[in-house]
Amino acid sequence: MKRRETIKSMLVGGIAGPLFIAGCQPEHADVKIKGKESTPGPYGRTDKEKEHDAKVYASKFLTEHELATIAVLCDLILPATATAGSATDAGVPEFMDFIVKDITSHQLPIRGGLMWLDHRSGRLFDTNFISCNMQQQKQILDEIAYPDDVAPELAQGAEFFSRMRNLVLTGYYTTRMGIDDLGYQGNVANVWDGVPEDVLAKHGMSYEKEWLAKCVDQSKRDVLAQWDEEGRLVE
Amino acid sequence: MVREVLTDDEGLATGVSYINKDDRQEYELKAKVVVLAASACSSARILLNSKSKQHPGGLGNSSGVVGKYLHDSTGASRSAFIPALMDRKLYNEDGTGGMHIYFPWWLDNKKLDFPRGYHMEAWGGLGMPSYGFGFDPNELNVHIGKKVGGYGDQLRKDVKSFYGSTVGISGRGECIAREENYCEIDPHVVDEFGIPVLRFNYTWTDHEMLQGKHMHDTFEEILTAMGGVLLGTKPGKEDDYGLAAPGRIIHEVGTTRMGNDKKRSVVNANQQLHDAKNVFIVDGGPFVSQADKNPTWTILALSWRTCDYIIDQLKKQDI
Ligand SMILES: Cc1cc2nc3c(=O)[nH]c(=O)nc-3n(C[C@H](O)[C@H](O)[C@H](O)COP(=O)(O)OP(=O)(O)OC[C@H]3O[C@@H](n4cnc5c(N)ncnc54)[C@H](O)[C@@H]3O)c2cc1C
Repeated sequence: MKRRETIKSMLVGGIAGPLFIAGCQPEHADVKIKGKESTPGPYGRTDKEKEHDAKVYASKFLTEHELATIAVLCDLILPATATAGSATDAGVPEFMDFIVKDITSHQLPIRGGLMWLDHRSGRLFDTNFISCNMQQQKQILDEIAYPDDVAPELAQGAEFFSRMRNLVLTGYYTTRMGIDDLGYQGNVANVWDGVPEDVLAKHGMSYEKEWLAKCVDQSKRDVLAQWDEEGRLVE
Repeated sequence: MVREVLTDDEGLATGVSYINKDDRQEYELKAKVVVLAASACSSARILLNSKSKQHPGGLGNSSGVVGKYLHDSTGASRSAFIPALMDRKLYNEDGTGGMHIYFPWWLDNKKLDFPRGYHMEAWGGLGMPSYGFGFDPNELNVHIGKKVGGYGDQLRKDVKSFYGSTVGISGRGECIAREENYCEIDPHVVDEFGIPVLRFNYTWTDHEMLQGKHMHDTFEEILTAMGGVLLGTKPGKEDDYGLAAPGRIIHEVGTTRMGNDKKRSVVNANQQLHDAKNVFIVDGGPFVSQADKNPTWTILALSWRTCDYIIDQLKKQDI
C-alpha cells in the first residue's frame, strides 16, 4: 500500500472505523503473534478457519538469513527504551514470519526488499546488512527512511522500508508490551465512564447535569435488570 | 444450506430442501410453516430458486417483484487531523467509535436539492491497536512542519503523539427504493453446493449523488470548525461525490417488499407471502424503505411481530 492511501482506504466500508491509521485489511484484526500453535480465542473458529490457520503455521516462507535481517531492522526501528522493550523483545520477528504467510501479498516485496538492502550494503560497505556495524546500518536507513527526501535511484528501497516499518509497528503495538507502551486503556468489559472531567475542562466543556442523571450509576453497573413472568421490567 | 422451499399442489409450503455442509448430501425437512430469515438477498435467492408448477417464476413471485427494490444505505466519509488532540491524556475511550455516536437528520428538504436525508456517525479516539495500526505512523508530520518517516526513538514518540488525534464523520443516508435496482438469479453461476447464485444490478441516481455532495459539504464544515486539518481530498461529481459502491454499507433490504396489493408486493403487513400463506420472511427483505438508519432493530421488531402473528394463526388453525 502506498503512502497516503492508507487514510483513503480506511474510509470505505460499512461501519464507521474507530481507529486512525487502521490499515489495508482490517479483517485481519485478530493477528496473534506469539507461538506456533493456532490460537483460537473463546469466540471459536470454523473448521475452514482452523484448517487455514494450521496450514499457515505449518508452512515456511522466510529463510534464516531473511529473519536475521528482519530482527536487526526491528531493533533499529524500535530499540528498547528505559520503560519499554524493543521490537525483538516483543516478538516482532515471529510476527513478521507469520504475517507474510497470512497475507501473501507481502512476500515478494519483503523478500525482494531484503535483497535490495543487502545489495545496497554490499555497494557501500562490501558486506551484507547484518554484518555492517550499527553506524553503517543507520547510514543506509537514513537514505531510505524519509520518503520525502529519497534519491530517485533509491526509491525502491524507501518503498521497502516503509512497508517494513509499517509491519514492525503493527506487530509491536498489537502485543501486550506495545499496548502498555502506547497507553491504551480500553478493552475493559462493561466499563465506560465517559470523558474525564479534567479533559472536558481543558477543552472548555462539561457534561450537562440532566444528561448525567440519565447515565448509568457507575456503582451499579453490574446489576442486572429484573423482569417478571410477563416480561415487565421490575427494576 | 437451504436450496429451496418445497410446495404442494395448492402451492403451499411443505418444507425445505437443504444441503448438509458436512456430508454434502441433500435432505428434506417437512414443516407446517416456513420462516425465511436468510437476510434480504439470500431469502430472495431462495424464493427465486423455488420454482414449481404453481410458482413458475419462483415462490411468492407472481408479482414479479422478488429481488426488485433492493436498496442499501448511501455512505460517505471524511476525516481530519485535530492538532489540539495531539499528546492527549490517555483514558478508556472505547465507547466513542463503534457505538455510532449519532447526529440525527433534521434539515428541511424544501430547501434542499435532494429528497429524504442522512444521519452522521462520528468516530476516532484512543482505540485498540489492530492490524494496520502504525501504518504511515507519522505521516501527519507534514501538517506540523516536521519530517515524515524515520526510525528509532523519534518514531516511537511520534506514534504516541498522534495517537487519538484524528476524527472522522461518516454519513449514512436513505436511498430511494427503485424497481430498477434488483438482484436476480445468475443463469451462469452456481455456488459450491450447485445452487444458482444472485447477480446484481444497481445504480445511484441524482437523489443519492446530491445527498453525497451535501454530506461532504457538511463534513467539511464540522471538521473545519473543530480546528481540523482535512485529510484526503473532497470527492467531486466524477467520483460519485465519494459515495461508497452500492452494497458497501451492507444494509441491503427491500427484495421482498411489503404491501397490501399482491400485484406490487411480495408479503403482506405480517410479512406473510401473498402467494403462500404458510411462508413468512423476517429479514430486511420486506422493507419498502429504510429511512436513513441501520436496519437491525427494525428487522428484530418486525420479526417479533411476525412471530406473535404466526402463533396466533396456528392457534386459530388458519395456517
Ligand atoms: C460488518 C457489518 C456491520 C453492520 N453494522 C450494522 C449496525 O451497526 N447496525 C445495524 O443496524 N445494522 C448493521 N449491519 C446490517 C445488519 O447486520 C444486517 O442488516 C442484519 O444482520 C440482517 O439480519 P438478518 O437476520 O436479516 O440476516 P443475517 O443476520 O445476515 O442472518 C442470515 C442468516 O441466514 C443464513 N443463511 C443465508 N442463506 C442461507 C441458506 N440458503 N440456508 C441456510 N442458512 C442461510 C446466514 O448464514 C445467516 O446466518 C451491519 C452489517 C455488516 C455486514
